[in-house]
Amino acid sequence: MRLSSKHLTLIVMAALIAAAPFFFPSGYYFRVGALIFVNALAVTGIVILTGYAGQISLGHAGFAGIGGYACALAPVHLGLHPALAVVLGAVISAVLAFLVGRPILRLKGYYLGVASLGFGILVAMVLNNERGLTKGPDGIEVPDLGLRAVLKGWGLDLSNGEFWYAFTGICLVIGAWIALNLFNSPTGRALRALHGSEVAAGTVGIDVARVKLQAFVISAVYASVAGSLTALQNKFITPDIAGFMHSVEMVTMAVLGGVGSVPGAILGAGILTLLPQVLTVFAEYEQLILGLVMMLVMIFLREGLVPSILRKFRGRGE
Amino acid sequence: MSLLQIERLGIAFGGLRAVHDVSFSVEPGEIVSVIGPNGAGKTTLFNMISGVYRPGSGRVRLKGEDVTGMEPFRLAARGMSRTFQNLQIFQNMTVLENAMAGFHLQERGPVLADLLNLPSSRRRTRMAEEGARELLTRVGLERAADREAGNLSYGSLKRLEIARALAMKPAVLLLDEPAAGCNAVETEEIDHLIAEVAGSGVAILLVEHDMKMVMRISNHIVVLDHGEKIAEGPPEAVSRNPAVIAAYLGTEAADADS
Repeated sequence: MRLSSKHLTLIVMAALIAAAPFFFPSGYYFRVGALIFVNALAVTGIVILTGYAGQISLGHAGFAGIGGYACALAPVHLGLHPALAVVLGAVISAVLAFLVGRPILRLKGYYLGVASLGFGILVAMVLNNERGLTKGPDGIEVPDLGLRAVLKGWGLDLSNGEFWYAFTGICLVIGAWIALNLFNSPTGRALRALHGSEVAAGTVGIDVARVKLQAFVISAVYASVAGSLTALQNKFITPDIAGFMHSVEMVTMAVLGGVGSVPGAILGAGILTLLPQVLTVFAEYEQLILGLVMMLVMIFLREGLVPSILRKFRGRGE
Repeated sequence: MSLLQIERLGIAFGGLRAVHDVSFSVEPGEIVSVIGPNGAGKTTLFNMISGVYRPGSGRVRLKGEDVTGMEPFRLAARGMSRTFQNLQIFQNMTVLENAMAGFHLQERGPVLADLLNLPSSRRRTRMAEEGARELLTRVGLERAADREAGNLSYGSLKRLEIARALAMKPAVLLLDEPAAGCNAVETEEIDHLIAEVAGSGVAILLVEHDMKMVMRISNHIVVLDHGEKIAEGPPEAVSRNPAVIAAYLGTEAADADS
């Protein structure tokens, strides 16, 4: 069988994730790696929505918040296992994305950006103010996923950092596999077609509003699962996860790496997650730097890092 | 019952009657051309038939069914496809993928199967790819299949757009100036392609400025002037019709009057 670019991408990804720990100077980097993978997972959802379908969301952190708080609240109030809480969060996010997206995506233009912005702010407000349930801005504890203990029972004794590094890494590879499957599928072609020309998409029978909604719901599930993983890994969560800055972060990561490309999304997430960890000055001026990155990419690398680099390679090869 | 029936179609933009009371019909395998001086309302008529504009009055019937003002994607499912005067190509996709997108109605399926790359999804993709390659061969683009669509020449893009429209096996194909901006060789290629498509039983409705082409390939011509139908008939009759000659030669005089 010929090795497709999809398989190549996945193999390279898995190899990098497996090999990177050999170069870690300290155990702390397992945690940094896991942070990168979780962010990359959320950004993969943005690639589907923005890169494939050409729609902008400025409120995806809202879905991350729902996924995160589902893991904090469902085990306590509903007695659900944390793993099922992840599923519950994803279902709630999907339903809300459907309800928000359905009326909005019938309109042409950038209404989704504005509507999703409002949605994200709303979720953050609820999480901040419903103190009785969410304990407000101070955050809330999240129960343990319990999988590490199970693995230990099977004789696989991982440190907390190692476990989350491996677990989120596997989740990211699965997420990338799904996104790459979609790219070359009938639905993926419909999404990319409407990105290219909505008018022409209509004439070949594509129900533009419907497939846009599908992309929005899928990307919301990605953000929700990423939010759940963040909460479970930290065993704690604050409403910041649903904040506007987090939404902007996701979009910036996608745009930096290349919004149409799954490896690009992962690279973008890697760079912007790593910078504040290694250079404290970045952590202090994060908002400034996100804005600067966004501007520079738009001016000099409109396709983002990965597609621009690939183009250079291909250009030389021919 | 005709395949496509246009009944007293009309639309006004802010009091200006862009198209008024236009009726005609198209049969399977027939090439019907709509001609007229600039601003006669040809493209407006086209946009009403293809669902881009909702007509102010009148009816459009497809296979006897009333489809007036129906959205383009619903018309597509009922067998109507179109191309555009100012090319609407999916520039972000390859030539092959553009043609495959034309198979959307046949290749679409459950999203979950697409996300998980289930065998059913792969089968649908394979079906679309085979069909698309066949169509690209038919329009002479098989060797450009893996190129990015944006890099093709203008004439090739015109043919790609027709191939994409044919992918859905339409009963009616609306072609909006398929030869506009093409050189003589490209025009001839498109000319042959249209005749061949009509030969396979597809009803073709054409808007075209190239009079030689229109006279050569049309079975039936509808002439519009100032939004109204002023003549209709086979090419020879229309080209001798005094009202048509006046409309074409008299445009300058009419413009000077107004």
